[in-house]
Amino acid sequence: MIRRIVAVAGLLSLSAGPVFAQVPIDQGVRIGITYAPGTRPGMLVLGGVPGAVSDSVRAIIARDLDFSDQFEMIYLPGGDNLSIGAASDDGGTDEVFVNYQLYSALGADYAVSITEGVDSVLSIDLYDVRGETLANTLALPIRAEDPEFRQDIHRVSDEMVRSSTGTPGIAATRLLWVRRAGLRVIDSDSHDEKSLPSVGNVYSPVWHPDGNQYAYVDFPGNSQINIGSLDSGDVRAISADAGGQDFAPAFDPLGRTLVFSRASGDGTDLYSYNFIDDCCLQRLTVGRFSDNLSPTFSPDGRRIAYVSTRSGLPQIYVMAADGTGQELFAPFDYGVTGGSYAPEWAPDGLSLAFHRDVAGSPQVFIMDVATRSVKQLTSVGRNEDPTWAPDSRHLAFVSSRTGSSQIWVIDIDTGRTRQVTRRGRAKLPAWSRRLTR
Amino acid sequence: MRISVPMTLGIAVVLSAAACGGGPPPPPPTPVVNQDSIDAANARRDSIRQAREEAAREAAARERAARERAQREAAEAEEAARQANNMVRSVFASMIHFDYDRSDIKDEFVSGLEMKVMIMNANPRMRISINGHADERGSDEYNIALGNRRALAAKAFLVDRGIAANRIDTSTLGESQPLVNESNESAWQQNRRAEFVIIGTGNLVRPQM
Repeated sequence: MIRRIVAVAGLLSLSAGPVFAQVPIDQGVRIGITYAPGTRPGMLVLGGVPGAVSDSVRAIIARDLDFSDQFEMIYLPGGDNLSIGAASDDGGTDEVFVNYQLYSALGADYAVSITEGVDSVLSIDLYDVRGETLANTLALPIRAEDPEFRQDIHRVSDEMVRSSTGTPGIAATRLLWVRRAGLRVIDSDSHDEKSLPSVGNVYSPVWHPDGNQYAYVDFPGNSQINIGSLDSGDVRAISADAGGQDFAPAFDPLGRTLVFSRASGDGTDLYSYNFIDDCCLQRLTVGRFSDNLSPTFSPDGRRIAYVSTRSGLPQIYVMAADGTGQELFAPFDYGVTGGSYAPEWAPDGLSLAFHRDVAGSPQVFIMDVATRSVKQLTSVGRNEDPTWAPDSRHLAFVSSRTGSSQIWVIDIDTGRTRQVTRRGRAKLPAWSRRLTR
Repeated sequence: MRISVPMTLGIAVVLSAAACGGGPPPPPPTPVVNQDSIDAANARRDSIRQAREEAAREAAARERAARERAQREAAEAEEAARQANNMVRSVFASMIHFDYDRSDIKDEFVSGLEMKVMIMNANPRMRISINGHADERGSDEYNIALGNRRALAAKAFLVDRGIAANRIDTSTLGESQPLVNESNESAWQQNRRAEFVIIGTGNLVRPQM
């Protein structure tokens, strides 16, 4: 709902040409903004010559830019659209005419144009409206039959976000998650949901940093960490000795070490495993009368946050990656604060997300790692198992706010939420890094 | 004693002279059919046969009786074993339940666990697996650890009372297998549990009470 609704009077006359540039906006044009604009730049997606592919690409890019939550998206009334035109009515020049003044009047700081050129190549152009310059231009070959084509479009969107804000978007990403008991993968914009091979109850899928491999557990099943590959479709169990039931794996940021939880006759503790050489199981915690589980690496790979029951209720602890220096991480009031679970370290290292019981319902929290101050993000329904987008400002999590458990995304900066999945019973999402081709 | 020997010889000589002297030998007596003796022989034979048959019959009867007795005893033993087996299995089928997010054994389940101890003591070859479960609340991952802790708590109770630890396996199913697939306190209460599965036995016997 955080959208700028622009009421433009005499819109068509605005398209007339550069003459408007000299006309102050309070003369002849009335612009009413019904949402108090924040500091986010305005973004206008320009129309173009109708074409099946360019229209759908335009729709995808517009949605990606919107989902980045980095812009005030500018929508024209009645679905009207503005498009780049020829410089003059007589078509005497190939120069395109970019009506910066008009876009500026509409509140746009940036405008994106998607046009179909020759040889089935789309041109995606980003205009800096204030600076009146072409900020970026990308050529996107149309490969409608290629299953990666949608991701190509997302990568274009992310690059446009980077050019206009300095931070890439998060559209070219996917989420692993569990629907009922089976493993699924879905694009971050809710498209291309696929089932991945699994038997039994899938628990805790996580991405390898390469964006292709993933780890998960078939539970109770073989109760081992299974490694799958999206490219090959293969799945194998890692050959750590079967000394218990393994679950909740986490890769280090370089994808060399796998840390996981093991439930055994000794209780539940954390172990690390050399993923590259497929060897060298090492025990990191010795809980005795408490359990240690759900590890997550800091992005520098030097620390591991995890859940421990050593003080009674499960709470968030932290230690060095070799298991030394274990200490409380997220503060709590003994006997007052509910149990805390499922920590995930933000990719920028500055925050930690987790969920904590509040009056009998789990709610998503984030902790500022530097100050260790904790903030509650959600309050309606059950909200759990948060996972970070690569921009460290969006979180996906499971919410029951509409009745059934589905995956939602929240933008921490604006509080805006959107629903990703709509069917089945969703749980345990894991957001990928930005995916390259 | 020495004198008596020649006297005996002299008598023998006299007797033999008389036999050789005298006329032709008398004709041999005509054989007379002695029906009595035949009958007697037959009777004897018959009685032997009858006795044999009788003995065989008796032996068969004894054998049959023994066989029937053995069968009856086997059936009784089988029934007893079946009952013991049922009894043991029903004792182990009774699960224990836990409070929310707890793994300590509640008083109401102590006698049931002690019954299991007695049975395992009476059946030294018996091995079991204890499976811990959690309700759907709490995180999916945490519930794996919680189910494990519940299984370990039940095992610790049995081991404390003398059952060898290597006779008891434990595993956790987390919240993956609810008994009652509903989201209310009654369902959660039933789903927070440890179950006992007999995995190796020999013949099960009842414990001596």
